[in-house]
Amino acid sequence: MNPTLDLLYRLADDQLILGHRNSEWNGLGPILEEDIAFSSMAQDKLGHALQLYTLLHELGEAEPDTVAFTRNAPQFHCCQLTELPIGEYDFSLIRHFLFDHAELLRFEALAGSSYEPLAQVARKVKGELKYHVLHANTWVKRLGSATEEAIGRMQAALEFTLPYALGIFETTDAEPDIIRSGLFIGEAELQARWEASIGKVLAQTALTLPDLRTLTPVGGGRRGQHTEYLQPLLDEMAEVFRLDPTADW
Amino acid sequence: MPTTEAQILDWLQAVTDPEIPTISLVDLGVIREVRVEDDGGVHVRLTPTFAGCPAMDYMRRDVETTLLAHGIPRVTTEISLRDPWTSDMVTDRGREGLRRHGLATPPKLNGGLLDLDILEYAECPRCHTTNTELRTPFGATLCRAVHYCHDCRQLFEQFKPI
Repeated sequence: MNPTLDLLYRLADDQLILGHRNSEWNGLGPILEEDIAFSSMAQDKLGHALQLYTLLHELGEAEPDTVAFTRNAPQFHCCQLTELPIGEYDFSLIRHFLFDHAELLRFEALAGSSYEPLAQVARKVKGELKYHVLHANTWVKRLGSATEEAIGRMQAALEFTLPYALGIFETTDAEPDIIRSGLFIGEAELQARWEASIGKVLAQTALTLPDLRTLTPVGGGRRGQHTEYLQPLLDEMAEVFRLDPTADW
Repeated sequence: MPTTEAQILDWLQAVTDPEIPTISLVDLGVIREVRVEDDGGVHVRLTPTFAGCPAMDYMRRDVETTLLAHGIPRVTTEISLRDPWTSDMVTDRGREGLRRHGLATPPKLNGGLLDLDILEYAECPRCHTTNTELRTPFGATLCRAVHYCHDCRQLFEQFKPI
């Protein structure tokens, strides 16, 4: 695939799918503020997805709604981390922490992309992501230093989620071209920055970051290999759209 | 006499934020450019405060209907991130409008970093103290955060710095 399309699909699909998962906390958050926080982050992420699908459309891909609602799981390029069910609040919080730290660093780097339309979107998105990271840090620090039960749950969630989080940085065949053309700094460089960034926050808690070299990353998502959870999500997300794709809203 | 851009901006002072009736889109900073074309048509470029703002379609529509009502023969609008919005684009009159609606104003960034000190800072719109605390960066809309005033012992909303 063309390196620009390859990169944009990965970025956009991550936003759309995690945005949808975040929205599933609407009405279920453990406290009202958290219900609103996850719903707001969902809205932000759908906004970011729309901006990125619009860039794809300008490059000749189908309309954003068509791209979002008519593809099946093997055509999606999101990492598997984003598609896992929301589970318990501890898992959703740790996923949010691990993903959004990578996302903020990613979009800060993309603000200098050689592809100017993407750099423009990134300059907008990175400011919004600061609020997502602030939110994640607040709760990871709070629960990661709270009661024995809280710390135990957060630690277990961290250990379960990390192999999936390493899948964020899975590369595709386009990676050398993406780096050479200055589109993006590349996944390896991003991962190094991410490790430093999450390490700094976790060091302020009672949580322990395992040695990441001992973990096996869960990949596949970038190449269309997904968990059993993605297709049902897509079916639900597109249910209304597919009733009448030509309807005017 | 052809309509001037200043005249268009003046008419657009009547178009307010769909959720904050005390601030115009011009003073909010979301109208980035107004261009009068050779044939008398007008092109308006808007930018969203937050990328996922669901009010953009309403803003576009309100801009179009207002200018058409003033006799502009053709109005086109465009949503663009070319000149992305920051809270520093809110004018002084706009900041006054936010305060009238009971919202704390975003601190000025002046091109500086959006760091934690900035995100956590807010002046209470009631008593003007800065003895306040950020309670949650997410409020009733994407552009608002919720803070607590230790002097009033009340929550208040702030238009977020970004």
